[in-house]
Amino acid sequence: MNNYKHMETTKNLKESKQHCFSRHRIPSGCAVFGIVNESGKTFNGSMVLDGISMMHERSNGLGGGFAAYGIYPQFKEDWAFHIFYDGSISKSQTEDVLKENFKIIFYEEIPTKNKSFVKDPPNMYRYFLKLKNNFVDSGANKKKIDTDSRIDKDIIKEKEEDFIVDLVMKVNSNIKGAYIISSGKNMGIFKGIGYPEDIGQFYKIDDYSAYLWTSHGRFPTNSVGWWGGAHPFGLLNWSVVHNGEISSYGANKRFVDGFGYECTLSTDTEVVTYLFDLLVRKQKIDLSIIHLILASPLWEEIKKMPEDKREILKAFRIIYSGALMNGPFSIIAANSDFMYALNDRIKLRPMVAAKKGNFLFVSSEEAAIRKVCSSPDILWHPRGGEPVIGVVNKQNIKNK
Amino acid sequence: MKKIYIKEQYCIGCRLCEIHCQVKHSKSKKIIKAFKDEKEDIVSRVLVEEVGYNSFAIQCRHCSDAPCVEACISGAMVKNENTGVVTCDEEKCVGCWMCIMVCPYGVIKRDLPRGRVASKCDLCVDEDIPVCVKNCPNEALKFIDTSETDSKEEVEVESN
Amino acid sequence: MALKLAQSEFEIERDSQKCISCQVCVRQCSNDVHEYDSDEDIIYSDNDKCVGCHRCENLCPTGAIKIKEKEAEFKKNYNWTSSHLRNIYKQADSGGIILTGMGCDKPYPVYWDHILFNAAQVTNPSIDPLREPMEIKTFIGRKPDKLNMEISKDKNGNTKIKLKTKIPPQLELSTPIMFSAMSYGSISFNACMSLAAAASKFGTFYNTGEGGLHEDLYGFVNNTIVQVASGRFGVDKNYLNKAAAVEIKIGQGAKPGIGGHLPGEKVTRDVSRTRMIPKGTDALSPAPHHDIYSIEDLSQLIYALKEATDYKKPVGVKISAVHNVAPIASGIVRAGADFITIDGFRGGTGAAPLVIRDNVGIPIELALASVDRRLREEGIRHKVSIIVAGSIRSSSDVIKAIALGADAAYIGTAALVAMGCHLCQKCYTGKCNWGIATQDPYLTKRLNPEIGTRRLLNLLHSWSLEKKEMLGGAGINAIESLKGSREHLRGIDLSEKELAILGIKHAGEAW
Repeated sequence: MNNYKHMETTKNLKESKQHCFSRHRIPSGCAVFGIVNESGKTFNGSMVLDGISMMHERSNGLGGGFAAYGIYPQFKEDWAFHIFYDGSISKSQTEDVLKENFKIIFYEEIPTKNKSFVKDPPNMYRYFLKLKNNFVDSGANKKKIDTDSRIDKDIIKEKEEDFIVDLVMKVNSNIKGAYIISSGKNMGIFKGIGYPEDIGQFYKIDDYSAYLWTSHGRFPTNSVGWWGGAHPFGLLNWSVVHNGEISSYGANKRFVDGFGYECTLSTDTEVVTYLFDLLVRKQKIDLSIIHLILASPLWEEIKKMPEDKREILKAFRIIYSGALMNGPFSIIAANSDFMYALNDRIKLRPMVAAKKGNFLFVSSEEAAIRKVCSSPDILWHPRGGEPVIGVVNKQNIKNK
Repeated sequence: MKKIYIKEQYCIGCRLCEIHCQVKHSKSKKIIKAFKDEKEDIVSRVLVEEVGYNSFAIQCRHCSDAPCVEACISGAMVKNENTGVVTCDEEKCVGCWMCIMVCPYGVIKRDLPRGRVASKCDLCVDEDIPVCVKNCPNEALKFIDTSETDSKEEVEVESN
Repeated sequence: MALKLAQSEFEIERDSQKCISCQVCVRQCSNDVHEYDSDEDIIYSDNDKCVGCHRCENLCPTGAIKIKEKEAEFKKNYNWTSSHLRNIYKQADSGGIILTGMGCDKPYPVYWDHILFNAAQVTNPSIDPLREPMEIKTFIGRKPDKLNMEISKDKNGNTKIKLKTKIPPQLELSTPIMFSAMSYGSISFNACMSLAAAASKFGTFYNTGEGGLHEDLYGFVNNTIVQVASGRFGVDKNYLNKAAAVEIKIGQGAKPGIGGHLPGEKVTRDVSRTRMIPKGTDALSPAPHHDIYSIEDLSQLIYALKEATDYKKPVGVKISAVHNVAPIASGIVRAGADFITIDGFRGGTGAAPLVIRDNVGIPIELALASVDRRLREEGIRHKVSIIVAGSIRSSSDVIKAIALGADAAYIGTAALVAMGCHLCQKCYTGKCNWGIATQDPYLTKRLNPEIGTRRLLNLLHSWSLEKKEMLGGAGINAIESLKGSREHLRGIDLSEKELAILGIKHAGEAW
């Protein structure tokens, strides 16, 4: 067995990651905080940093992170990859893969402040990439592709996204010492070992402007310290932060596994992300009803419903039994279109939500919201299994 | 009133009802002692009738219009108007056996060891459940309030 | 007549201080072990005839009888054990195959007893099933990959969902336990009645086995799984439609590769009517289905049965756990089965050659783990339900099976034990003293179906409560969240290989 310590040197990244892969689940406590401006107006990271810092005692310095949407408007059509490396070999191996599949539009080291804020960060780079394969040829069977038609565009988009998912999974599981932490467009994830406020300052997140921010302060119950293991977890445009321990992990893992998602990290956030990706992106289930799958009502509640509704919920529970998340959790999942917060169905973890104008806040604690918005229009405690959804008006973003 | 109903399809002919009835009406009330010391002296008031694989345990039906009460010459056999239980007052019984002659079920016996008295089921009035019912391993005897039984419930076994 | 060498296996101890010569034992023994001598007012017992069913011991009102296994009457020998010697003596006496009943009793490893379940602490609160809902409802049937639906808003802004995917027929179980296939003929009508009534009252299912369906049980149609086996006894359209699901029986865990044989003595008038065969004739089920010599043939039968039942009932396939069970199961999914029943080598039987029962097949734990893994690797596990059978002895076995990947468990022996069976393994003689595995009207009376039903309901109830306790302890409030969660299991005293096949870590290893 490996002796887990805080990451001593970046060299350990290789081993630690391998160790985290598939063998260990890391149950953790935590703080979650998210803000979205539903009109799509961007704002800098200081507000989210203030909020998450308020919940200092919910983390223990073993992980903090942020996801930000709308931060790379100059590269908004390109795939933005944030990658951790333990050294030059993994970097060149990864870059070979990238070059093979993408045109690298731009890349740089992720700008950070002086390293006194954190301990032993890995080398971190960001890449803005265009896919070489445009998937037009293989877009739809035989039929000539009309790139302007919405349906064909959707098919191409899905193919492209599937390709990215595949590539990220391959790099993360096959190249030792390299780890892609975010892989969406016009968004990025910044995370590492430390308190979230230190991580935020380290990455200088108040230099970024985003219309949607989520953040996480981590309290893992063991000392596995690995930069890539911090939250948020990201895949494509998805990011997930999570407080709790999903006791249905094995059942959920099996479920996504059946659809080709390989859970390599053995973390709750990973499997939650895949669940969202499968249900929302692949199966196109409406956002407004996925809580009925992920945190479905209890049978005794279903029994009391009118017949048509009862039949539908019964069907959900029959077909999507493997997607039911059990055990204590409060999660914030986000992508470029929305922020989605959900509690487990018997509300075993805290979650507070508030609205002020176009701003929607979700937090583990009310204090964090009050810190950044002292007089919200409304503030409420969502019930177990009742989602809080903030949809971003994309029209506004495009116009900017 | 509560009566003992017979489910002859589940009577397994083990005769545990008879054994426990004998113990109940023994002096010692202890099974081993009763059988070792008093075996010749105690008569079972429930009787297992058996032909081939058919069997059933029968005891006094406590008829609503009990012929034995009518036939009794000494007034020993009485039906309690409140409980409906038919009992024989052994102090008054003179052993004329008229009751035995008229009983349509043949469930009254001569209790010779204890003197010339008629012996019959007393429904174990001092117990919650008669011992034959309590000790039937297959619930072939049931102690049911007659007012609670519906028509589907097994009716009292017919005499044959 | 030459000396018979077969010796008695049991010793009957009668305490003469306690025996009151009431003769209950004499009347209860169908093997004529006990005999009352009226001259001496004493009861003699013949050890040779005793099968060890403990009926007399249970019914003796004074506790005067003790049935004991006869110990070491042969010179101690670890190689030539007494069971080997006894069997050889029996075979040399008779020249026949040694028959037996119930499941394998040899000391092969029982993996359930080497698997430990998890509980939640601190990071994940356990849930108190007495205060919080604990859901164990289970559905058996084929599941589509996804649900297509139409979402709309009504004028009040409420979301309206319209399902566009038709859900294939499902069996709804209030607890993930069903009564496994036991035919009328092998067991008595009263036993069938008890199983049917208990399944119906509890909201689960019983399986008719291959003996047809007695018309007095037609009322339990919503809780009946009918079996179509190689003998096709009692199978017609009416039979198929008097059930909620159909199970094709390919194999049975106790006797993989072997057919069935119900001796003519057990084929009474009622059994003959129900099986649709002449009274008093032996009911022989061939070893294979003579119309299934390949997986394509199985597929044809599955669809023939689906046609016959208008695609309204799940059609499953039962196989015994053999070495190649994983690819066979995969083939069965692809052949169109809605559920697969895997019967482990410890599964019970009414009659099987001893040599088969004790030496053929593999444990259900390993079979389940490898089938589940194989189907997952092929991406088809979520399409079907897996039911496991073959010695599920307790609620913890059920919980462990579900965590290993089963949807539900069948219990056969456990149900019989609940009704009084003492595992004497003499079902094939038709002389079951407990009134279960017999058609003798003197004996069948001994199982009052009211009592049988009550005892089975009690069993289902207590196992369900125990399962809820275990689930709650692990911080899970719906059984589906446990399914296939091997993370909740740890092995103890198992080799690397065994752990690898079971897909679990060793006790002491964290996540």
